[in-house]
Amino acid sequence: MTQISETSPEIDNTINLEQLLDKMHQAINKKIHHLSKEDVIMVGIHTGGFWVAEKLYQRLELSSPLGSLNISFYRDDFTKIGLHPEVKPSQLPSGLDDKHIILIDDVLFTGRTVRAALNEIFDYGRPASVTLAVLLDRGERELPIYADIVGQEITLKAGQQIKLSGPEPLALILNKS
Amino acid sequence: MISQNIQLDEQGRLKHFLSIEGFKRQHLINILDAAEPFANVHEQAVKKVPLLRGKTIVNLFFEASTRTRTTFELAAKRLSADVLNININTSATSKGESLLDMLHNLEAMHCDMFIVRHNQSGAAHLIAKHVSPHISVINAGDGCHSHPSQAMLDMFTIRRHKKEFADLKVVIVGDILHSRVARSQIHALTTLGVSEVRVVGPKTLIPAHIETLGVHVYHDLQAALIDADVVIMLRLQKERMQGALLPSENEYYHQYGLTEKKLKLAKSDAIVMHPGPINRGVEIASSIADGPQSVILEQVTNGIAIRMAVMSQTLGRSNQEPPKSKGGNV
Repeated sequence: MTQISETSPEIDNTINLEQLLDKMHQAINKKIHHLSKEDVIMVGIHTGGFWVAEKLYQRLELSSPLGSLNISFYRDDFTKIGLHPEVKPSQLPSGLDDKHIILIDDVLFTGRTVRAALNEIFDYGRPASVTLAVLLDRGERELPIYADIVGQEITLKAGQQIKLSGPEPLALILNKS
Repeated sequence: MISQNIQLDEQGRLKHFLSIEGFKRQHLINILDAAEPFANVHEQAVKKVPLLRGKTIVNLFFEASTRTRTTFELAAKRLSADVLNININTSATSKGESLLDMLHNLEAMHCDMFIVRHNQSGAAHLIAKHVSPHISVINAGDGCHSHPSQAMLDMFTIRRHKKEFADLKVVIVGDILHSRVARSQIHALTTLGVSEVRVVGPKTLIPAHIETLGVHVYHDLQAALIDADVVIMLRLQKERMQGALLPSENEYYHQYGLTEKKLKLAKSDAIVMHPGPINRGVEIASSIADGPQSVILEQVTNGIAIRMAVMSQTLGRSNQEPPKSKGGNV
């Protein structure tokens, strides 16, 4: 587990993103090697998760197009924060039924985004399985959700935020709010 | 004219949607942008999103409507709200209950939004002024005044085909006098910066001083159609006509009906719109209504997305603090 120093805001160079992506790629390959490529669909959560998914999608040879998921309509805080006027629509390949979904996000924290993403996916169909793969897991879950594949676990101090910027190049930005 | 204040809350967010007047370009663009992702919801196996789960929306239609009422109802249901359709003919207003008493009763049932259609101009505005602060009111057509969600679905349809509003020549044909749709369209088109809006119809059906809204008035359809990008046909509103405003339907079709020959005067990629219901052979030839340039049925589909956007924007406001969860949904 890496302890991240208190800084505000700056690019974090202590984490090698390429290494994490390689590690995730290997773990995903291991997870899907016994499956037929046509049955695997990769879906990235808008926006950071989608950038990570794009990198992993390039490394894997999947036949189905890369999906993007915008969970704005499924958030649990809609009535508190309202709707962003520029929500990009989700783009999921048709026919999710019986497929194996690799769901990608950049940072796993409270688990609320993943809860919303799972609800949205099930409004598109009934997949055979969903595997969650995240670049960083910063712990402190508020819901019973875990990632099957984790690039790296990190611990942040109170008030610190970490965010992925991208899509080219990908960089981690540390922010002390 | 309805003031801007009542439609927006203290933070400038959409609270009621009563008329296009009072909105700036960016407000209208926000509604159009918000509608884009809602246009895809029907592609889901479950054609619903949970945004307005637990909200109760009341359709209060004091005037007949099929398209508008059903698309508002579908929009609400696709947002997972509960919908109440009040049948005014059999409700207590026909037993003498006043409109405001009826509203207070509906408020006591903890409803969150009223969708109002009424034959009196200003009805939705009056209701918005008298409801409790947490309730939003959407105007689904008031008399000859305004029909803002129809105008926005038309703008959405135009933008999907034409991209830039600024370069467009838009022609609105027919019964401008009785048309709340035309009034709202004119306000929306000019607010969005359309370079030329032409209205055309017989003198008896064009309101006096309409030029002050920034439109060009024509009485000759052929002249008005030249180089048009968008042609909007209106229905003859015979139910609102008092006295002899028209010689005959045949004569009207001859002069102001859209035929294939006349449509050739517009640009070859012009789109033809109509808010419905259409009167075939009165204002539009069947071959055009069903033809390749017609986007009439697209307008109906787009109406659901626009109404979802307006409903979720008006009900997605709160004076509460943002959630205490660590950074919201992450």
